[in-house]
Amino acid sequence: MDLLTPELGLFVWTLLAFLAVFFILRKFAWKPILNTLHERETGIADSIAAAERVKKEMGQMQAENEKIMMEARAQSAQMLKEAKDMKESIINKAKEETKAVADKMIADAQQQIQQQKMAALTEVKNEIGKLAVEVAEKVIRKQLATADSQNDYAQMLAEEIKMN
Amino acid sequence: MRSGRLFSLLALTFALSSAPVFTFAQHEENHENAHATEAVAADGNHHEEKKEGFNASEVIFGHIGDSHYWHLFDINEQPVSLSLPVIIYHPTKGVEMFSASKFHHGHESYNGYHIEKGMKEKIVSEDGASIIDLSITKNVLSMIISVVLLLWIMLSVAKKYKKNGTMVAPTGFQNALEPVIGFIRDEVGKPNLGNKYMRYMPLLLTVFFFIWINNLLGLLPGGANFTGNIAVTACLALVSFIVMIFSANKHFWGHLLNPPGVPLGIKFLLVPIEIISLFIKPIALMIRLFANILAGHIVILSVISMIFIFGALSKVAGWGFVPVSLAFSIFMFFLELLVAAIQAFIFTNLTAVFLGQAIEEAHHDDHAHAEAGHH
Repeated sequence: MDLLTPELGLFVWTLLAFLAVFFILRKFAWKPILNTLHERETGIADSIAAAERVKKEMGQMQAENEKIMMEARAQSAQMLKEAKDMKESIINKAKEETKAVADKMIADAQQQIQQQKMAALTEVKNEIGKLAVEVAEKVIRKQLATADSQNDYAQMLAEEIKMN
Repeated sequence: MRSGRLFSLLALTFALSSAPVFTFAQHEENHENAHATEAVAADGNHHEEKKEGFNASEVIFGHIGDSHYWHLFDINEQPVSLSLPVIIYHPTKGVEMFSASKFHHGHESYNGYHIEKGMKEKIVSEDGASIIDLSITKNVLSMIISVVLLLWIMLSVAKKYKKNGTMVAPTGFQNALEPVIGFIRDEVGKPNLGNKYMRYMPLLLTVFFFIWINNLLGLLPGGANFTGNIAVTACLALVSFIVMIFSANKHFWGHLLNPPGVPLGIKFLLVPIEIISLFIKPIALMIRLFANILAGHIVILSVISMIFIFGALSKVAGWGFVPVSLAFSIFMFFLELLVAAIQAFIFTNLTAVFLGQAIEEAHHDDHAHAEAGHH
């Protein structure tokens, strides 16, 4: 059939044109386009990988931050607690010390009071003794002022001695 | 001429209604031209031609065949066409170049040559010598236009890639082409050719876009039936075949000529079959593209021709058939748009498959076996 026999002219022209197109496009179109596509794809893949990595790192950093925060919080809580304890202990100690000092002072005061009292009592005793002697002297002096009374008294004494 | 008047009215309607329809209208004009020449061949007997009515096969074959004229339309039954350059190699006279207008639409002979119109238009030397016709025919011109278009599109897109650098998003036509190029690379190149795909990508892309753009141009109004011509598909298939033969490795030839693990008796049977199958591959490529595009053109033309077949019977029937014919031809046109891309893809894909078989390495199989062994 006529339709199925290829014409040589058309065949030759097609071959020439196709080969020309092939060589021109290979050098000036396909190579740059395919290379650019390839580069862009690898570029995008790299960017995505980098972003993923950064995200992961960020996550890690965040976790670390959290951990550090937790630690700091725990530390501060402990410090507060310690401070509180210390405060209480200081107060208690102070109280005790004050009490001890006060007790000692009281004890000292009492002792002193006792001493003073004893001294005062001794003085009073002495004074009273002296006064009594003086009074007795005066009384005796008065009673024995007259010779009669001295005789009487001497007599009485003598009587007493006799009775004994 | 009754059908002539009907035709010119229709042509106007078609031209005004839509572009695809315009294609068919022009095909119809081809028919008028064919009619006219036939009438002249019959010694100018118009009455005889009228009696014959509408000759659909002549219209159709007039379109799908190659021509030394690019016929555009008729005015007052005079064909308006571009006369294309004729280049002839004559064994004794050498190369001759002249315009096809010298033949006066095939009515006259020039310089010892004349045009013979059978199923195909042919230039014949009157001294009986076998000449080689290297004319820039309608198909060749159509191809040159498509090649210029293709080069212009691809080079401008490539320039954009170079200018914008790597990490800039594609814009405009670059954006339209990028998915197609990516598709050919990822769906055709990589799966079939493995890690050597980059070596064959230029060929696959050129084949794909060359066929596609020519398919599309063939669908335009007045377009040529370029990819539906067996010389063209034969040429493309030959290129694929040659690339395949030259890139085939030892493994391929070994399996072809001395299949391992096959008894000697069966080898005598198997090897010829394998060799035949080697040659059937390009022939399948050639015929598949040729037949698909040719059939598409014939179907569209046939559907349109029905208007004139019915019109030749009665005017009412002709007009009545217009909507049916239009609807069907528009449907066919969309189908052909699809076929244009699909056939380009199939040709490219099969080329890649054949190339993949030719460059397949032996260790692929061993690897597969080894993996199977592990499981």
